[in-house]
Amino acid sequence: MSAVPLLDVRDLTVEFATRRGTVRAVRKVDLCIAKGETVGIVGESGSGKSVTSYAVMRILDRAGRIAQGSVAFSGVDLKAASEREMRDLRGREMSMIFQNPRAALNPIRTVGRQIEDVLRQHALAGSGDLKQKAIDALEQVRIARPEERYGAYPFELSGGMCQRIVIALALACRPQLLIADEPTTGLDVTTQKAVMDLVVELTAERGMSTILITHDLGLAAAYCGRVVVMEKGEVVETAHSSAIFRAPAHAYTRKLMRATPRPGITLRDLLPEDAEHPPAPAAPAASETLLSVEHLVKEYPRNAAGAFARLLRKGGEEAPFRAVDDLSFEVRRGESVGLVGESGCGKSTTSTMVMRLADPTAGRIAFKGEDIGAVPASAFSHHPLRSKIQMVFQDPSDSLNPRYTAARAIADPILRFGAAKGAAAVRARCEELARLVGLPGELLDRFPHQLSGGQKARIGIARAIALDPDLVILDEPTAALDVSVQAIVLNLLADLKAKLGMSYLFVSHDLNVVRLLCDRVIVMRQGRIVEQGAAARVIDDPQADYTRELIAAIPHPPVQEVTHV
Amino acid sequence: MTMADEQTTAAALPVAPPSPRFGETFAHARYVVGDNPVTGVSFGLLLILVICALIGPSIVPYDPLASDTAAALQPPSAQHWFGTDQLGRDIFSRVVVATRLDLAISVFSVALVFALGGLAGVAAGFFGGWTDRIVGRIADTIMAFPLFVLAMGIVAALGNTVTNIVIATAIINFPLYARIARAEASVRRNAGYVLAARLTGNSDARIVLTTILPNIMPIMVVQMSLTMGYAILNAAGLSFIGLGVRPPTPEWGIMVAEGAAFIVSGEWWIALFPGLALMLAVFCFNLIGDGLRDIVDPQRRT
Repeated sequence: MSAVPLLDVRDLTVEFATRRGTVRAVRKVDLCIAKGETVGIVGESGSGKSVTSYAVMRILDRAGRIAQGSVAFSGVDLKAASEREMRDLRGREMSMIFQNPRAALNPIRTVGRQIEDVLRQHALAGSGDLKQKAIDALEQVRIARPEERYGAYPFELSGGMCQRIVIALALACRPQLLIADEPTTGLDVTTQKAVMDLVVELTAERGMSTILITHDLGLAAAYCGRVVVMEKGEVVETAHSSAIFRAPAHAYTRKLMRATPRPGITLRDLLPEDAEHPPAPAAPAASETLLSVEHLVKEYPRNAAGAFARLLRKGGEEAPFRAVDDLSFEVRRGESVGLVGESGCGKSTTSTMVMRLADPTAGRIAFKGEDIGAVPASAFSHHPLRSKIQMVFQDPSDSLNPRYTAARAIADPILRFGAAKGAAAVRARCEELARLVGLPGELLDRFPHQLSGGQKARIGIARAIALDPDLVILDEPTAALDVSVQAIVLNLLADLKAKLGMSYLFVSHDLNVVRLLCDRVIVMRQGRIVEQGAAARVIDDPQADYTRELIAAIPHPPVQEVTHV
Repeated sequence: MTMADEQTTAAALPVAPPSPRFGETFAHARYVVGDNPVTGVSFGLLLILVICALIGPSIVPYDPLASDTAAALQPPSAQHWFGTDQLGRDIFSRVVVATRLDLAISVFSVALVFALGGLAGVAAGFFGGWTDRIVGRIADTIMAFPLFVLAMGIVAALGNTVTNIVIATAIINFPLYARIARAEASVRRNAGYVLAARLTGNSDARIVLTTILPNIMPIMVVQMSLTMGYAILNAAGLSFIGLGVRPPTPEWGIMVAEGAAFIVSGEWWIALFPGLALMLAVFCFNLIGDGLRDIVDPQRRT
């Protein structure tokens, strides 16, 4: 490590003034980053990892302030720096990449102009070579045909492409420090790999230091030299990334590591080591077909323009876009099937059609022998089979009505289908369901905003199983949850399936999670099935190139050492 | 299960609450008032207005309609706090008694426009398509007119009654409510909890009434408070130009109109006090709107 570190954070304490008094988001954090070093800050939500970086950039919101400690950037005290000095530092000396690339770009300016704005702001280019420099910047982040993309608006580009533009913006002024705050959350694994490889390569090329803030230990281990683990505002462990996996010193690091899905383990391995767990339920024997999807097709018109625009356009109609293209698969009773693919592959469209929230263009959806695809989605809410197909949604917060208590949310299907009569019976059923999903009874009268993410996920599950459905569609049910909560929810889902004999159709982009929960996997790409088969077979011995590519893109923490800690 | 006992089951379901929620709302309201004392002042003003509206006629010192030509055009004094008008009627009594009529007009017109505009807007936002187009064009048509002139036209065409003032005020506010409700509903129509409600067997109409509407209520309530002030002003404006309420009924707009003629000759109090009451009422509702926005805004619930 060089004599003067690039960034030296000592004793940093950040406080937020809230209605309920002062909250300490970050407590006495020490962080030291040398020139050219890549450091990962890992932690679950609320661990203070983002707040730490905001404090370094001095972009805390109004209520927050640095209460204690010092932040020095190549010898300059940032805590004492004026807003004017900070403005000069931000972008030129240190810059940041945020989680949602689309939100970070101005939607009404072309990406080329946005890069020019940054260059002009820091007087790094004259008006003559401005455009050329912007195009160079695009080229550096490997954007194909940069001259064309220069004039593109953010909405015309994919998520991965937008994140590359954000990186181009962040690196345009050759800063010394790059803070990447969950730069790949929300991107597909293959895109994640491309973006992370790009960041690492560019920063290494320029001798920059990088702070990678992430909830994903595997990602941090794969790309960072050193990992800092944070919990509840405190740094619990700092170590080299290889060392942290070989011998995690702190209990929290061990817990995080155990909870991270990885190859070669079972669902129970995700749970903390200290508690006793009953053995995982065995996979049920194959039985009769519950859901059979045959030649399912969903088409969307390619251009939503009105009749007038269509009149003006010369030539014939464009062929409609096929989101789901001739899809056939089966789900047997008691089986869980994973539907895997990257965004835009048609997996969500398929699940919405099976769910009967959208109508297929062609094909048959046979559920318990009845063609439910023939019943229009708008009329299906009164269909007798409605109660037999239920769904657990991706975002537990978004899927709960903010004005319903937990009990009311769980009771909704019971009231609609009259599964129980009278307030007392409905309440009793709610309490029974809450017990089943492990939700403490006293939380039943709370509103969603008073509950944690894991508790909300449990309510969503309780609501889905309230009517004893035969098929539950799980739409990335753990994507919005922390890994430790995800571990618990996945185990809960497996137990419930064994207890109640339901079938799952598990929609996910995460092969590691799918392997843990599913018996069979269907890999989709561009609306078609690329490969299907037993989960272990598909993941350990993929036949299709695309499946291999997907599996290779998952950042793998060193596994073998972890399992016998 | 019939619709009726379904409703009662649903209503009876939350066994222990809503006390924790109410307590929290109350605490939050207190926090907001403490943060911005003006909100507290405006709620105090509202309380005074409501008291005047409820028991005004029985607490005033004089009959608001009794004229006493011997005591005409007297300036404010201990006997007549706000002075007397050209017929010797006590202006203080008339201002207080007028509160009931003015508040009633605004309350009923806001309730009417909330029911019509709110429902139409929610339906437009939720169903889209033709519903959206029809509601949107109706709103556009209304907005194409200068709103006060439109209100004058409606009252003139339908007849000079208080009911018609209420209807006219509701119609001219329709686009505002329809647009807000439409925007809020279309944001929520694909929210997870709406899909979830559909999965649990709720029909579209039920989703609109039990899921979407309650969730956009906070925004609508703020809007209602802001329009209340405008509705009062509108009613007074119509009376001022001789439409709607007729003399000798005490009403702020008429009283200002009557007093306006006397300002040149120096009898300022006839127009000033009802005008002041009008201003305070509008002021009060606008401030409450701002305060309510702070109370319901989740951004401030940190």
